[in-house]
Amino acid sequence: MKSLSLRRSADIPLWRDERVLRLVAQVISAGLILFAILWVGINFVTAANQRGMALNFRFLNDPAEFPISDPVIPYDPSRSFGYAFLVGLVKTLLVSGIGIVLATILGTLIGLARLSSNWLMSRLALAYIEFHRNIPLLVLLFIWYFPVFNRLPNVEQSIVLSGPIYLNSRGIYLVWPKLQPQGWIWVASLLVGFILAIIAWFRLQKIELVYGRRTYYEAISIAIVLICPVFGWFLSGGAPLRMEAPVLQGYNYQGGLRLTPEFTSLLIGLTMYTAAFIAEVVRAGIQAVSKGQREAATAVGLSPLQVLRFVIIPQALRVIIPPMISQYLNLTKNSSLALFIGYQEVFSVGKIAINQAGRALPVFAMVMAVYLALSLLTSAVLNWYNRRIQFVER
Amino acid sequence: MTTLSEEIVRPPEPPGLLRWMRENLFNSWFNALLTVFSLALIYAFLSLIIRWVFFQADWRPVAEFPLLFMVGQYPRNLLWRVALSLGVVSFLMGVSWGAWGKLIQSFAITMGAMMAAVALIPFPIRDLSIGLRGFMLTAVALIFAGFYIARRWRVVGKWLLLAWTITSVLVVLVILPGLENSTFLTHVPTTLWGGLLVTVILAVGGIVLSFPIGVLLALGRRSSLPVVKGFSIVFIEVIRGVPLITILFMFSLILQVFLPVGSRFDRLLRALIGITIFSAAYMAENVRGGLQAIPLGQIEAAKALGMNGFQINLFIVLPQALRMVIPTIVGQFISLFKDTTLVIILGINELLGIGRAVIQASPEYVRLQLEVYLFIALIFWVFSYAMSYSSQQLERALGVGER
Amino acid sequence: MSRKLYAIFAVMVILAMVLAACAQPTSAPAPEEQQEEEQQPAAEITRGAILKRVKERGKLVCGARTDLLGFGYLDDQGRNVGFDIDLCRAVAAAVLGDLEAVEFVLLTAADRGPALQTAEVDILSRNVTWTSTRDAQWGNFTIITFYDGQGFMVRKDSGIETIEDMDGASVCVTSGTTTEKNLADAFRQRGLNYEAVIFEETSAVYGAYEEGRCDVTTSDKSQLAAVREGFADPEAHVILPITISKEPLTSAVPHGDDQWFDIVKIVFFALINAEEFGITQANVEEMKSSDNIEIRRLLGLEGDWGNSDLGLEVDALAKAIAAVGNYGEIYDRYFGPNGLAFTLPRDLNELWINGGLIYAPPIR
Repeated sequence: MKSLSLRRSADIPLWRDERVLRLVAQVISAGLILFAILWVGINFVTAANQRGMALNFRFLNDPAEFPISDPVIPYDPSRSFGYAFLVGLVKTLLVSGIGIVLATILGTLIGLARLSSNWLMSRLALAYIEFHRNIPLLVLLFIWYFPVFNRLPNVEQSIVLSGPIYLNSRGIYLVWPKLQPQGWIWVASLLVGFILAIIAWFRLQKIELVYGRRTYYEAISIAIVLICPVFGWFLSGGAPLRMEAPVLQGYNYQGGLRLTPEFTSLLIGLTMYTAAFIAEVVRAGIQAVSKGQREAATAVGLSPLQVLRFVIIPQALRVIIPPMISQYLNLTKNSSLALFIGYQEVFSVGKIAINQAGRALPVFAMVMAVYLALSLLTSAVLNWYNRRIQFVER
Repeated sequence: MTTLSEEIVRPPEPPGLLRWMRENLFNSWFNALLTVFSLALIYAFLSLIIRWVFFQADWRPVAEFPLLFMVGQYPRNLLWRVALSLGVVSFLMGVSWGAWGKLIQSFAITMGAMMAAVALIPFPIRDLSIGLRGFMLTAVALIFAGFYIARRWRVVGKWLLLAWTITSVLVVLVILPGLENSTFLTHVPTTLWGGLLVTVILAVGGIVLSFPIGVLLALGRRSSLPVVKGFSIVFIEVIRGVPLITILFMFSLILQVFLPVGSRFDRLLRALIGITIFSAAYMAENVRGGLQAIPLGQIEAAKALGMNGFQINLFIVLPQALRMVIPTIVGQFISLFKDTTLVIILGINELLGIGRAVIQASPEYVRLQLEVYLFIALIFWVFSYAMSYSSQQLERALGVGER
Repeated sequence: MSRKLYAIFAVMVILAMVLAACAQPTSAPAPEEQQEEEQQPAAEITRGAILKRVKERGKLVCGARTDLLGFGYLDDQGRNVGFDIDLCRAVAAAVLGDLEAVEFVLLTAADRGPALQTAEVDILSRNVTWTSTRDAQWGNFTIITFYDGQGFMVRKDSGIETIEDMDGASVCVTSGTTTEKNLADAFRQRGLNYEAVIFEETSAVYGAYEEGRCDVTTSDKSQLAAVREGFADPEAHVILPITISKEPLTSAVPHGDDQWFDIVKIVFFALINAEEFGITQANVEEMKSSDNIEIRRLLGLEGDWGNSDLGLEVDALAKAIAAVGNYGEIYDRYFGPNGLAFTLPRDLNELWINGGLIYAPPIR
C-alpha cells in the first residue's frame, strides 16, 4: 500500500500533489496567523508603553480606593484591588447561581403551561414567552430597575407584607434564619446527611440492578436526608437557627435578609428573560418524545406516573439538558449588564479599575479569564453529561 | 438557536363556541380551575395596563421627539436624504415581497404598517409635519408599487440581490454620510446619526458583514488543516465565551491604544466591527450546523467526480447548507438586533441611548423613564416579533424545522 | 465536544502566558524606554498640526457629552447645547468663523482620556476635573472655566448637617470619576461607615437618590444644583455647605501642539475680558466704534495681538464673542436667573473685579 501511494505521488507534479499542497497551505496559514498575532502583539505592547499603560499585575496589591455597592463579603476601599475583583466575582456568581435556579423553575413551569391542554393557559404562556424574547434584556432591566424598584416608597413609608416583609426603595427586607453559635453542628449534619444519602442511593441502586433484589434505595436515601438533621438538631442543643426580623435602626432596617433593589431587579430581569428561553427548551424537549412512545408505554401497562418517570422524562432530559446549560451560560454572561443598573459584578469592578488606574489590559485579561473559565466549566459539564447519556443509550 | 413555537393547540373550526370552550377550557376540573385563574390574571394585568397607558402615563417625552428617536441628531434640513433612503428601501422591500413571497412578506407588511401608523397618529406632533406624514404614506405606497411590479414582470432574484447590494452600499456610504467637500451632498458625520437609524444599520451591517467571516470560520473549523482548524475553534469559542459588552468595550479601548496619534477612527464603525466579530462566531456555529447536515455521501460523490475541496464546498455543500440555516440566521439577527442596545457603552446614541438623552433633556422627564423605556421596548418588540414570525413562516416554507 | 474543551483550555494557557510575558517588561524597563523614545516623534502631534487639520477639515472636533443638563445636553431640536458646548463653539467661531463648524463626539467617562491622548478630538470640553495625573497623562489643560467643588445633597427633613451625621447612611455616587475616590477618602478619614450605591450614569445616580434609594448623594456642587432643580420638589432637598474637594472644570487639548494650546486659552481669555469690558454678543459691532483702546484691540481693530503667530485672523476674538457672547453671557444662558438649565449663583465664577476667581491675562 505504502509503496503504491508513494510511487503514484511521484507521477503527480508537486503543485498538484495533495499532500504537498496541504503542507504548503498549512505552513502559509500558520505563518499568516502567527504573523498577525505577533504584529498585533508587538504593536500593542509598544503602543501601550508609549501611552504609559502598565502591562503587569503588581497593581493587584495596591489599595483599590473605590467603594463597591453591596459588597456581599466584607470589603472597604482600603483593601487591595485584587480583593475588590474577587468581590465582583463573588457577586457575579451569586446572582447567576440564584438566577439559574429560579429561571429553571419558572421556565419549566411556563414550558409546561405552554403544553397545557387548556387553551387559555397555553396562550398566556405564549404571550409571556413572546414578550420576553422580543425585547432587549437591557431595556427589560431598565424597566425593572428605574421605574419599578426605584419607585418603591421611602424607608419610613415601607410597604409591610405579612412575614413581615418590608418593601422600600432601599430594598426588600425579609425575616431570615440566623445561625446560632452552635448552629454549625446542625449545618454539618445536614451536609453529612446529603453525602450519605447520595452514597446510599448509588450503592443500593447498583445492588438492585446487579442482583435484581428490591432495595428501596429511594426511600432509604430520603430517610437518611431527613434523619441526619434531626440528630444534628439535638446535638447542637436545639434551635440552631433563630429567625431574625428586620428592625428600623438609624437610616435603614437592620437584621434579617436584605435584598438591594439593584440585586432584586437584576435577578428578576435575568430570571424572567432566561425563563422565556428555557420554557421553549422544555417545550421542545417534551415534544421531542414522540406520541407513539407514550402510547406504547401505556399499552404495556405502565401507570401515567411511570410513563412520565421511565419514558418521557429520561428521553426529554436528553434533549433538554444541552440547550439548557447553554442558557445557563447565557444568563451568566448577561449578568454583565448589571453595570447599567448599579449592581457591581466582575465586569463593572473591572471597568472602574480601567477608568481609574489605566490598567486596561491586565484587568481586561482577568475579566476574560473569568468568563472563559465559566464557559470552560460549562462545556466540561456538558461533555460529562453527553458521555453519560451516550453510555445509557448503547 | 431558538426555534419558534408552533401552535400546539389549534382551535377547531367553530361548530359552536360552547363546544370548543368545553373541550379546550373546561374539560376537567383542574382545567376549569386553570381557566378561571388565567382569566383573573388577564383581567388584573389588562386593567392595570390600560389604566396606566391611557390615564396615568405622561407620553410627552416620547411625543415631543419622534425625529430624535428615528434619526438622532441628523440635520433636520437634510432629512430628505434619510427619506430618500427609506423610500428606496421600501420600494425594494416591496419588489422582494413580490419576488420572494413568504420570505419577505411579514417584513414588508410590518414595515408598511409601522410607517402607516406613524403617518396616521391622530393627534398633532410638532416634529411630525404634514410633509413627513405624507412621505410615510408615500413610502407605504412604494412598498405596494414594488409588490405589483414584481408580480407583473417576474423579477429575477439574482438581479434583485444585486439591487439590494448596490442600494445598501449607496445608502450607507454615500447618501447618508454625504461626500467630503461636496455642496450637494454635504458631509454628515456619523456622530450625528442616531436612534432607530443606527440600530438598524448596526444590526443589518453586523449580520451581513459577519456572514462571510462566519462561513469561512465554519469551514475552517471543519478543515483538515490543524492550524486553520485550531485558529477557528479558538476564535469561535473565545468570542462565544465572553459577553458582547466586554468585547465592545475592550475592542474600542484596544483600538484606541492602537491608533496612531491624531487619527480618527469612526466610532460607529468601531461598534460595527465589534458587533461583526461577535456575530461572526455565532454565525460560524450556525453555519456549521448546516454543514453537518449535508450527508457525507454527497461529498464522496463529488470527490468521485473529481471535484476538489474548494469546488465541493462552493457548489455542493454551501448552497444546501446555507439554505438550511436561513431561519437560524434570522433568529441570530433578532438577537443581534436586540444586542445593539449594548453599544451605549461606547457612547453611541442608538435607540436606547436616545431614550436616555431624552430623559435628560428636561428636568421633568427624569420621572418619566417608564414611558420612554416602554416605548423603546415596544419598537424593539414589534420589529423582533415580525422577524420571528417571518422566520417561522420560512421554516415551514423550507420544511427545515420538521422532524 | 471535548475538542472545544481543549480549545478553551489552550486559550487560557495562552492567556496566562501572555499575561506572564506582559509582566516581564517592567522588570527590565530600560530597553523599553529607549524604544519608546525612538518611536515617539513619528506619531506625535507637533506645533501647528491641530490648527492645520481643523482648517483643512473645516470643522472643529470637540469631545462632549449629551447627558448633563446645563453643561452638555440636547435641546428639543436635537442640537448640542450647554456651557461646555458653547466653549467649543467659541473656539470654532474664532478659528473657522462659524459656530456651527463643530463636530461633537460623544465621549463616555471611560474613553475621554484615551480620546485626548490619541488626539482624536481637537478639544475635550466635557466637564473634566483638572488633576495632576490627568494633566500628565491625557493632555494640556487650558484654563479653569468653572470653579467647582464636591458637595453633598440630602433631604431637608433628614436632619443631616455634617459628614459625621452621615454615619451609616446610603450614598449614591457615580463610578469612574474622582467623586467616588473623594467620597471614600472623606469617610475613611473620619472613620465612618456608609453604604455606597454606585452607578455608571449620572442620571441613574440622581434618579435613585430622589426615589429614596439613598440618604445622601454627592457630586460637583454645580451638578447637584442642576439636578436639584429637576426634582419634583426641589425645596425638599438641600445642598450642604460642605466642600470635600476642589473640582476645577477645565477644557483640555492634546499634548504636543503649543500653538493650539495657546489659541484655545486666548479664546477663553477673550471671553472673560469681554465680560470685563462689557462687550456682549449684542453690542460687539457697536463696541467696535468704542474709543477704549483695549476694547478695540480685543476686537481686532488695533493690529496684531499675537494672532499672526497663532495663525488666526485679527478679528477672530470678535467673532467668538459675536457667536456665543462673553463669559458671563454663556454662564447666564444656562445658569443665570432665567437660564435654560437651572439657576446657580456665580460665587467663585464671578469676575475677579466682583470678588470671584475668573481672571484673564490681557489681550495685548
